Amino acid sequence: MKEWENFKGNKWREEINVEDFITNNYKEYTGDESFLVGSTEKTKRLNKKYQELIKLEIEKGVLDIDVDTFSGIDNYNPGYLIKEDEVIVGLQTDKPLKRICNPYGGMRMVLNSLKAYGYVINQNIYDRFIEYRKTHNDGVFDAYTRDIKKARHNGLITGLPDAYGRGRIIGDYRRIALYGIDRLIKEKENDFNKYEDIINDDSIRLREEISEQIKALNLIKKMASKYGFDISNPASNAKEAVQWLYFGYLAAIKENNGAAMSLGRTSTFLDIYIERDLEMGKINETDAQELIDQFILKLRMARHLRTPEYNELFAGDPTWVTESLAGMLDENKSLVTKNSFRYLHTLYNLGSSPEPNLTVLWSEKLPIKFKKYCSKVSIDTDAIQYESDDLMRPIYGHDYGIACCVSAMKIGKQMQFFGARCNLAKALLYAINGGIDEVKKEKVIDGIDIDKDEYLNYKKVLAEYDRVLEWTAKTYVDAMNIIHYMHDKYAYERGQMALHDTKVEHLMAFGVAGLSVVADSLSAIKYAKVKPLRDENGITYDFIIEGDYPKYGNDDNKVDTIAVELLKNFYNKLCKHKLYKQAKHTLSVLTITSNVVYGKKTGATPDGRKAGEPFAPGANPMHGRDISGALASLNSVAKLPYKDCCEDGISNTFSIVPNALGHNKEEQIENLVNIIDGYFLQGAHHLNVNVLNREMLIDAMNNPGKYPTLTIRVSGYAVLFDKLSKAHQQEVISRTFHERI
Amino acid sequence: MKIYINSIETMGLVDGPGIRYVVFMQGCPLRCIYCHNPETWKLNDYNKAYEVDKLIEDILKYKNYFKNNGGVTFSGGEPLFQKEALLEALKLCKKHNIHTCIDTAGSIRGFEEILNYTDLVLLDIKGIGKMYKNITGQDDKIFLEFINYCKKINKDIWLRDVIVPGINDNKKHIIELVNFVKNYDNIKKVELLPYHTLGVSKYKKLHINYKLENTKSMDVNKCKAMEEQLNKLLECKSVKEKKNN
Repeated sequence: MKEWENFKGNKWREEINVEDFITNNYKEYTGDESFLVGSTEKTKRLNKKYQELIKLEIEKGVLDIDVDTFSGIDNYNPGYLIKEDEVIVGLQTDKPLKRICNPYGGMRMVLNSLKAYGYVINQNIYDRFIEYRKTHNDGVFDAYTRDIKKARHNGLITGLPDAYGRGRIIGDYRRIALYGIDRLIKEKENDFNKYEDIINDDSIRLREEISEQIKALNLIKKMASKYGFDISNPASNAKEAVQWLYFGYLAAIKENNGAAMSLGRTSTFLDIYIERDLEMGKINETDAQELIDQFILKLRMARHLRTPEYNELFAGDPTWVTESLAGMLDENKSLVTKNSFRYLHTLYNLGSSPEPNLTVLWSEKLPIKFKKYCSKVSIDTDAIQYESDDLMRPIYGHDYGIACCVSAMKIGKQMQFFGARCNLAKALLYAINGGIDEVKKEKVIDGIDIDKDEYLNYKKVLAEYDRVLEWTAKTYVDAMNIIHYMHDKYAYERGQMALHDTKVEHLMAFGVAGLSVVADSLSAIKYAKVKPLRDENGITYDFIIEGDYPKYGNDDNKVDTIAVELLKNFYNKLCKHKLYKQAKHTLSVLTITSNVVYGKKTGATPDGRKAGEPFAPGANPMHGRDISGALASLNSVAKLPYKDCCEDGISNTFSIVPNALGHNKEEQIENLVNIIDGYFLQGAHHLNVNVLNREMLIDAMNNPGKYPTLTIRVSGYAVLFDKLSKAHQQEVISRTFHERI
Repeated sequence: MKIYINSIETMGLVDGPGIRYVVFMQGCPLRCIYCHNPETWKLNDYNKAYEVDKLIEDILKYKNYFKNNGGVTFSGGEPLFQKEALLEALKLCKKHNIHTCIDTAGSIRGFEEILNYTDLVLLDIKGIGKMYKNITGQDDKIFLEFINYCKKINKDIWLRDVIVPGINDNKKHIIELVNFVKNYDNIKKVELLPYHTLGVSKYKKLHINYKLENTKSMDVNKCKAMEEQLNKLLECKSVKEKKNN
């Protein structure tokens, strides 16, 4: 095949196997960033236009919404930013930043969003839809149990994807570039014919899914043809490879509005095409960077229609277009290519931005020049997150990607059933308050003893807590099984699933919030004396702590073990229950920015945290309680168990002002490399790096718009500072700065 | 043996090369007018007393971060104030192959053996000649013994000098420094630290009179410019000297 000219290896020709193609053809790059070039005039014009549109968008909340069409792979006319300047084309709708109405996850979300921004749905399509279709949200509430409803209503389990798209699925968009649509259809047809022997629930569902996938592949082809491209066959050069791949991603975000719509691991794959064209003299470095700049610019333009409340929960308007960079092929050779540099370089060429969410899969053995470049980019732009490849590679192999912030999955071979999180701090209060919610005063769990002692007794609290967690785990699993059953039924992501193996492995991702609050609370009860203050009904409204106690975040095993044991215990409780589609249980300690909202809805806790005060984000220690310096704080988090427990990720945000990193840039770069190396050698999973200073942030808070591209990393995600609410801005500022006087 | 500690910073990035575990030890014989850690002056005001081997155990938890250039820095207060404990701690660090720094003013005698287990000395110069006494309240005799001994055994020094507005933020001081430094080949680096007022509130809490009440923080950029000027002059000198030789 002429499209595959000069490519090596055979296995990937015979079967769909992008991993094998990459292994056989990529060229590791161990040099520095000196080869990089600036952006072209075309890119600059596009970026300028985009910046103008963003300004308008921030003023209005949304730039525009298509109220006459419902989501779908091929439901929109082609759209352009500046057609003649676009090397890579394709927008979600016919106009830039115009958002899509997607009712399949839930109609109410669409209507509330429209109302919030002053739009009205086209009555005709609305009537037709509700007459003939049922949504995922409808399905879920037709099946929810009484316990689930109580847990949900009281905020014990929250953020469940039961009213909107679940997301966190990564299609292997590279397959379109490497194989072309027609080959992918042929493979799916072969698979379809394999499941004819036994016809039962499972095979019927699978056959229907494959049929839907084939339809989706045809629609992707049709959508691309409207932009003037025939993607039936493989891409024959770098430009086509980027374009074909992007059409795959574009189809995903036209059809779905999942919470996180991540890209996967594309840079080294695309580098193979770029290298081939460079060697043949077809393009030069400027052309190569132009392709990547324009591709990244398109990714930055992805939008979804959400309610203002949703934006409040997630702080900003995130889409989590996560791209995973670098990592190792094996013990000796890295997957770093020149394109890994080009992707990072877009943060200079196009300016800093939270999207796409650039994630470096870090290993101590990555080429040192690449590590230093990452460190430099972090210090300059504050827009990269790091995850330990050495921790994930043994579990996921070398062709996995990150969905959302920290969720690893084998690209095209695994998919995730996303499951938000349960509030462990609230659960602890249930254990003390006899299963009654401390805010809504409703009885949520039966059979829990109400504590009446003057001082809390560690053993007693622990025993009740165990019962609460048992109940919570079961209820949580029940909710998730219902949600994903219904999501598959009413809002199946056929376009994305078409770019997976037919026999896909499922991961069901549970999550916890409030870990550090609970660890400190239990430590306070164990090592100090904690006196609950109760209202007339015996429900606690505050706690008085007498004496000092070890606090999570100071590398003190006395309390860090409490956190570790809690996670293991809760994970084991989840594992007692079977999951839909034989999924594997995973767990995350990740709260994005919702730690503020979780805190708001949780009463005072025995660690001294007052009612309504924010939790710490992710696995971070509580603000100001890590007093032994940043490394002690990192070491505490590093103890949390990833393998066989929190395999959906453990997120940690690390803020530092540049001056505290070293006397000059060179020192700062090297020190940051050593911090990341050291942290991951401790067995840690994830690190957000915020390099900034307090004054800059206070100034930014007081002068909205003054730092329009100021990107802050908040637990697993980078967000534009100006898009944060005042409460979130304050929270970021008051968060521990590891600045020594 | 016990080591008395004011506080620990596990991620020191500005007290010696690389990433450093910094032990702020208790006790100091000097009363520098700009001291920002007056709570470390008296030995009895310590916050933590560690057995030395327990301290080392804690330091070892951070070895993964030290890499090729990081390690431990004993600061203070004045680390030489607890000579015996310091010596034992340094010996144990070297046994575990950890790079060691002491951040000292070199103002207490009996430092010879300690220097055998110290890889790098961060030395506060305080002042030259009369200025030394104006700032510290003592004469510079022991300091000069210390630095001359370091020269004799060829111990690496990073010299550090706090720049205070209205006191030593001038050209004359830079020239004095250059003339001083050129006598010591073992001084590998000179750092000028801008005076700041972040320690002032501690004086109020401790009911100690603060002598620089009306002095403002040193402008960071001006201090940086002074440091650059100083380094340029030092470079010229060393080039000239090499030519003369």
